[in-house]
Amino acid sequence: MAVIKKTKAIKNYPKHLLGIQNLSFSEAKEILKQAKEYIKLNRSNSKKLDTLRGKTQINLFFEPSTRTQSSFDLAGKRLGADVMTMNIINSALKKGETLIDTAMTLNAMHPDIIVIRHQDSGAPNLLSQKVNCSVINAGDGRREHPTQALLDALTIIDRKGKIEGLKIAICGDILHSRVARSNIYLMNMLGAEVNVIAPKTLMPKSIEKLGVKSYTNMKKGLDSCDIVMMLRLQNERMQGSFLPSKREYYEYFGLTPEKLKFAKKNALVMHPGPMNRGVEIDTKLADNINVSLVREQVELGVAIRMACLKIYCKK
Amino acid sequence: MREKILINARIIDPSQKLDCIGGLVIDANGKIKAIGKNIDNKIASKNAEIIDIKKNILIPGIVDMKTFVGEPGYEYKENFRTLSQAALAGGVTSVVSMPNTKPVIDNVSMVDFIMRRGRDKAKINIYPCAALTKNIDGSSMTEFGLLSSRGIIGFTDVIRTVQNTSIMARVMNYASDMGVLIMQHVQDYELSKDGLVNEGEISTRLGLSGIPTIAEKIIIERDLSLLEEYPCRYHINQISSMKSLEVIKKNKLNGKKFTVGVSINNLSLNENDIGDFKTFLKLSPPLRSEKDRVALINGIKDDLIDVIVSDHKPEDEESKRLPFSQAATGAIGVETLLPLALELYHNESLKLSKIIQSLTINPSKILNIKKGSLKKGFDADICIFDLNKPWVIKSDELKSKSKNTAIESRKLQGKVLMTFLNGELVFNQQ
Repeated sequence: MAVIKKTKAIKNYPKHLLGIQNLSFSEAKEILKQAKEYIKLNRSNSKKLDTLRGKTQINLFFEPSTRTQSSFDLAGKRLGADVMTMNIINSALKKGETLIDTAMTLNAMHPDIIVIRHQDSGAPNLLSQKVNCSVINAGDGRREHPTQALLDALTIIDRKGKIEGLKIAICGDILHSRVARSNIYLMNMLGAEVNVIAPKTLMPKSIEKLGVKSYTNMKKGLDSCDIVMMLRLQNERMQGSFLPSKREYYEYFGLTPEKLKFAKKNALVMHPGPMNRGVEIDTKLADNINVSLVREQVELGVAIRMACLKIYCKK
Repeated sequence: MREKILINARIIDPSQKLDCIGGLVIDANGKIKAIGKNIDNKIASKNAEIIDIKKNILIPGIVDMKTFVGEPGYEYKENFRTLSQAALAGGVTSVVSMPNTKPVIDNVSMVDFIMRRGRDKAKINIYPCAALTKNIDGSSMTEFGLLSSRGIIGFTDVIRTVQNTSIMARVMNYASDMGVLIMQHVQDYELSKDGLVNEGEISTRLGLSGIPTIAEKIIIERDLSLLEEYPCRYHINQISSMKSLEVIKKNKLNGKKFTVGVSINNLSLNENDIGDFKTFLKLSPPLRSEKDRVALINGIKDDLIDVIVSDHKPEDEESKRLPFSQAATGAIGVETLLPLALELYHNESLKLSKIIQSLTINPSKILNIKKGSLKKGFDADICIFDLNKPWVIKSDELKSKSKNTAIESRKLQGKVLMTFLNGELVFNQQ
């Protein structure tokens, strides 16, 4: 019995995409491979497929989001799924309904896949235990944002041809960033060397145990890096004394053309958006298409989400 | 009541340094009449009831210094009746009840209510605590004198800490004169703001805000400094980290008088057990690293920690089936306190007598009550357990009204067979 179960488990994908931590190397490779095929499609005139015709996709957003939500929306539609987006920022939960009750309500409508974004770390895991369909994590608290990391990986592969052997710096508010965490796991898995750079107050404890080197100095952290990922600095960080001021942050941790010189000559810059120009990144640098991959990230985001929806959607 | 003679038992009573095969006589008033090696069925009077313990272990009834009853306001989580059943099934005969009920036990009329309910509904000894500050908000102290005179055993804000140093100073100063027991929960709010789990690799991986160990240490250091100025009966409810132990060691070596407790959870589990956001393991103080867990066990060995508590906190499913940050803290534990503590004996972490000492005579001494001992003349509160019996924890089979055990499916060795309260057999496994 046990043997039969085992072979089954290897063939099938896990039901949910909750985080890169739960993803295997081959699964990540497969998502990236399939996404590659969708890039061309998205650039063509006829973008619509019927891969997911008859399937229902619910986007459940407990936290405001523009690009991730529209990206999932579009991805589902291009694959032919019926997509419903619910913003629950101020509806049901305000009325006292719990996450599980919301999940059970939606589950009764027989969706095939739920895409969830939630402000609490672990909320997608809880949801996945209670519904029959697949769950894709579109960002939970400060834990994981797996599709962002996957689209970043796809963008890097698109430009550099590979990830293995590259040196990647992630810079900014690591403490509060789910994008940083997912990228650390994925880039490590795909064979890159990862540096994280942040002021001490925005560096999570024991981050080295995730397999990175941590720096508080841009010059040292960016040394010989191929990719520089900048993170968004939330305005609220000035309160509670994480930082003294935006001005000081920009001085020491903002990415400027001068600081970028510490990295490799042909280094590329990424940002998950939305950007704070003049806080974490110099505005000209952000717009320099020879260096900045920001637009490409958004473009390939749709392809990655199409691949994820196709792979994880209930068979 | 007929006289009872318990024979053929392995008696362990740390209060009189006793560990022998022998017997015990309970008189007609439910008091201990005699104890020792020489007691067997030969000395029995005609009338006496003889109970053969069959070489199982006989100890004083356990005194649990931290339980939450739920009355008033949270009867749907636990009440005196269900708590009693759970306690007796775990060999616990006396509990200290926490005042963070709804409304809070911070005035005389509430104390009268709780005493009456406890007397009528509880089948165990209830020693109620009152709030340290009114409405547990840390701003003004409760009526220590009046409340004590009504039967309050100690004062605590349970899972809240008095943050204002000047108020804490006055509380301790006033308490030193009144001779009342202060039981402090030690956590700095600002340092642990939004914190959910131990700060470290696990908090980083789970993406949850961390509670650093310094948040605990800094309050202990503050309070022990105050204690130098205002020597009162001061007890730290629960510590969780190695760093706190270092401070405690230093201060105890300096001759300062205070006592320290630890939850069985912090001795038996660590932060890794939280796994995939198990909210039943969301506790306060939080589960810490394995290094901390081992240090706490050594703290008991070295007499730096005096008591082990269950930190029994019943929570209904609705309060726990939520994302981790929204879920209630706490786990039930009064029924599994002894069996889980026995695990520390079986895995050779602690000596049996040390475990029993921290569950019986030590808490009684701190509370200043005549319990936790089998000396002649004491109430015959007795727990009898099979040291080796294997069993598996199943939350459905636990007697507590709430089922939020932190150790579901854990395989334990050692189970309570019988519990006596005032000489009466009130729990019998068979």
